[in-house]
Amino acid sequence: MKILATVKRVPDPETSIKVKPDGSGIVTDNVKWVINPFDEIAIEEALRIKEKVAGSEVVLVSIGGNAAPNDVKEQLRTGLAMGADGAILVVTDAALEPLVVARALAKLVETEKPDLVVMGKQAIDDDSNAAGQMLAELLGWPQATFASKVELSGDQKSATVIREVDGGLETLRFPLPGIVTADLRLNEPRYASLPGIMKARKKELKEIPIGDLEKAGLDVSGRTQLVKMEPPPKRQAGKLVESVDQLVELLHTEAKVI
Amino acid sequence: MGDVLVFAEHQHGKFPKTTLVAFAAGKDAATKYGGACHAVVLGTGTDALANEAAAYGMQTVFQVENPKLEHYLADAYTAALAELVKAKGIETVIATATAMGKDLTPRLAARLNAPLGADISEINADGTVMRAMYAGNVFATLKLAGTTRVISVRATAFEAATKDGAGKIEKVSVTLAEGALTMQFVGLEEMKSDRPVLTEARIVVSGGRGLKNGENFKTVLEPLVDELGAAMGASRAAVDAGFVPNDLQVGQTGKVVAPELYIAVGLSGAIQHLAGMKDSKVIVAINKDAEAPIFQVADYGLVADLFKAVPEMKEAVHKLKS
Repeated sequence: MKILATVKRVPDPETSIKVKPDGSGIVTDNVKWVINPFDEIAIEEALRIKEKVAGSEVVLVSIGGNAAPNDVKEQLRTGLAMGADGAILVVTDAALEPLVVARALAKLVETEKPDLVVMGKQAIDDDSNAAGQMLAELLGWPQATFASKVELSGDQKSATVIREVDGGLETLRFPLPGIVTADLRLNEPRYASLPGIMKARKKELKEIPIGDLEKAGLDVSGRTQLVKMEPPPKRQAGKLVESVDQLVELLHTEAKVI
Repeated sequence: MGDVLVFAEHQHGKFPKTTLVAFAAGKDAATKYGGACHAVVLGTGTDALANEAAAYGMQTVFQVENPKLEHYLADAYTAALAELVKAKGIETVIATATAMGKDLTPRLAARLNAPLGADISEINADGTVMRAMYAGNVFATLKLAGTTRVISVRATAFEAATKDGAGKIEKVSVTLAEGALTMQFVGLEEMKSDRPVLTEARIVVSGGRGLKNGENFKTVLEPLVDELGAAMGASRAAVDAGFVPNDLQVGQTGKVVAPELYIAVGLSGAIQHLAGMKDSKVIVAINKDAEAPIFQVADYGLVADLFKAVPEMKEAVHKLKS
């Protein structure tokens, strides 16, 4: 079977994020860029399915720049080194909203014809948690978001997915093709091995200018517009207490919360 | 910007507090947009729920009963809502950003080719909305284009609605095309707990990697949690390490909480954790590392070994109560 796994280039989660003085975006100097952590989990899941189902193929897909300082090829090479078979980068320097991302992915699905698309449940930069659900709708496919376990039927015609929902675990079943978005505990992503990194250099990384997809009917006009970004209000640090007794006393008499 | 439709999520025949938040956000939006606030209840056997929703000041409660809507499924619920939105001339759909709301709203927005405001903390009269990005390090103002929009609201950003009206109920039927719906609900394994729900609790006690293992959550942290009548939470690191289920995760990729009292035990306060709790009214940090970033947001910090301090605190709270 053929599996697409999506990759977004995001600032390392440990990076301290600052807003540009003019509010147009974030300061990107000295930011370390990584694969969105949930996309790493998605890639790992795709690879595990490939290892179980003979003759499977994993293709990474991403949207973004192809040159420094915004070269998504770095992240795609990492994914290829983990074991994916090939990668496709839709080249654009524009920051696209989830709906446009989903439309572009839908175009790739038309040509690649995967049986399954595995995505991270959210990107840790804009935290929208939307592209997977939108892609499912645009394709008219079933969706299983926040997946913690994915099982394919013996004939690979359907999937049973356990989802992390409020207050428990929900089990869904649907015929393939479909969309799965990965939650934290779906798996633990592997590291790229040295031989994997060597092999990755020879794997195909196809670049498609976004204009090519527009000629094929992709609508890149968004439905939302960023007006401005600003830093959140800062919370003042309080005081250190000496003992547990003093802490409980203050919570009772001063803060009046217990 | 016209009429607002609130998606009234329900569980076990009840509205969780997060749904009352959606009612409040819906009324807020309707006031600002100059329209009426309606709600929709989807499912089977929803008479009592529809009546209750009407009491929260919803002008019309659309009651959509269909066996295909018995369990929440993204494809069927999207189809039903899209049909209702078009039939009733709704311009704004509002749900709370719960697991269900986050699953549903993007799909509905794509169906309607409408802008999505995800996890919104403020709705403005000029058609803009505000939301946190980058784990709460950025607040963005977004303009939503066009007349139809879909908004999921952050549960901690609005007060729960109170019962202040009596709207009417209108039964609506929808055509759910058989072939288009392929998702099938198999089952729900619920986490049973006698404790308050994490997103509704007045007090939350969260543990981090400093607890060292899952057993210590039970033997060290839980006695304090129960003494305080609190809900238990955890950092992503503790969930990653397998100490506790993901359902307890507080943070950017887990739940967002804003209780009156948040006690962070043995957790460093990584950016992604702070994103889920820094709007709490009072924050307490207990950590043996005086340099831990959690102390920068804590109202009260105690630099101490948690294995000593937590049992002591449990005793002190017990004494205070008696």
